[in-house]
Amino acid sequence: MNGGQSTTSENALIADGLCCVRGDRMLFKDLNFQLEPGQAGLLTGPNGVGKSSLLRLVSELLEPFAGTVSVPNSKALCDDKLPLDEHLPLGKALQFWTQLDGRTDSDMQAALEKAGLDHLAEVPVRYFSTGQRQRARLARTYLSDAKIWLLDEPANGLDAASVEHLGTVLQNHLDSGGIILAASHIPLPIKFDLKLALEPIVQAA
Amino acid sequence: MIGTLGTLIWRDVRQSYASGGTWLPVVFYLSAATLFPFAVGPDRELLLQTGGGILWIAALLATLLPLDRLIQPDLDNGIYDQLITRGLTDEVIAFARLISHWLSFGPPLLLAAFLASGLMGLEGASLWTLLASLAIATPALAGLAVIIAAITAGLKGASALGGLLLIPLAIPLLIFGAGSLSNFAGNALLFLGAVSLLLVAMTPFAAGAALRATRE
Repeated sequence: MNGGQSTTSENALIADGLCCVRGDRMLFKDLNFQLEPGQAGLLTGPNGVGKSSLLRLVSELLEPFAGTVSVPNSKALCDDKLPLDEHLPLGKALQFWTQLDGRTDSDMQAALEKAGLDHLAEVPVRYFSTGQRQRARLARTYLSDAKIWLLDEPANGLDAASVEHLGTVLQNHLDSGGIILAASHIPLPIKFDLKLALEPIVQAA
Repeated sequence: MIGTLGTLIWRDVRQSYASGGTWLPVVFYLSAATLFPFAVGPDRELLLQTGGGILWIAALLATLLPLDRLIQPDLDNGIYDQLITRGLTDEVIAFARLISHWLSFGPPLLLAAFLASGLMGLEGASLWTLLASLAIATPALAGLAVIIAAITAGLKGASALGGLLLIPLAIPLLIFGAGSLSNFAGNALLFLGAVSLLLVAMTPFAAGAALRATRE
């Protein structure tokens, strides 16, 4: 995408002195980390500590209060929202993202199979169960062909076998030079190169 | 870029025609036109004098009907978040929404206006002036709807607030639009065109800024 050979730092995710403020409250400050292609990072910490905000910062949906974050251009965010048209069958709803991301129908088929949803392509999204909706979010992430996957609780609502399968897909992504930054309470069956434990900041005054 | 815009617009247009939401303003518009002769009586002279103005007011009110479906659903299910993550700007998203909303609002409204003028007994020059003024104004009305939907997205009582916001912003359109009905020289239509262009040009920036503010 970004024109042939590029240096390592362009393909890496680098956070430098990141600081996030939400509604007059500082969530975290001076956060430094770096993920190279093929590396995975895990965010942990209590609820409300800013894991999702950090993922949104990296997605460039939020502006950092201070510090910088440099991310490869192709990134996919998988959070608790399901960006698919509820009344359409899953296959039709994914078609929109297939076109937008310049993918083909066979890519979509492959993403559905990776998420274990290929038998549900004809079913309208609104009939999906919690676990199936989560798999649909993952399928859309797999479909995007993005270098960096930003996953917010990717194993929420998945059964044990699906978590195991998710681990395999994540490992394949890392092996092909992808980057993963995930926030998860459920242990994910891959090796994380970086573990970031966010802690609440005690506000002075 | 053009392909992306096309994909965005096509999704919106298909969705709005498929859900039937497109025909709601049309039905509303025709109901207003049908009720009016019952209310004022079937006096032909009176209907000819006031009919055009009533149809203009009905067009403004019809603008309010789709407000809650324009921005809120896509904001809720994270579609805009995903588009921003792909490097699209809020302005481009708002521009695509303006085009797609006009495509599902403008042509059906013009058709309804044509049918409704029959009920008012408008014909000849008055009919064509009315249709021309509405054709010029519908892009601006679509733009106002997109701006207001973006500003009120996520607020409680958004539809009531939407009505309050639309009224002052739409007054220039109403003055020149309804004014053109008794001004056959066409000056009012020129002013209407100018106001309409201004509102359309503002829409991507105003609605884009409102969309950006929803993420804060």
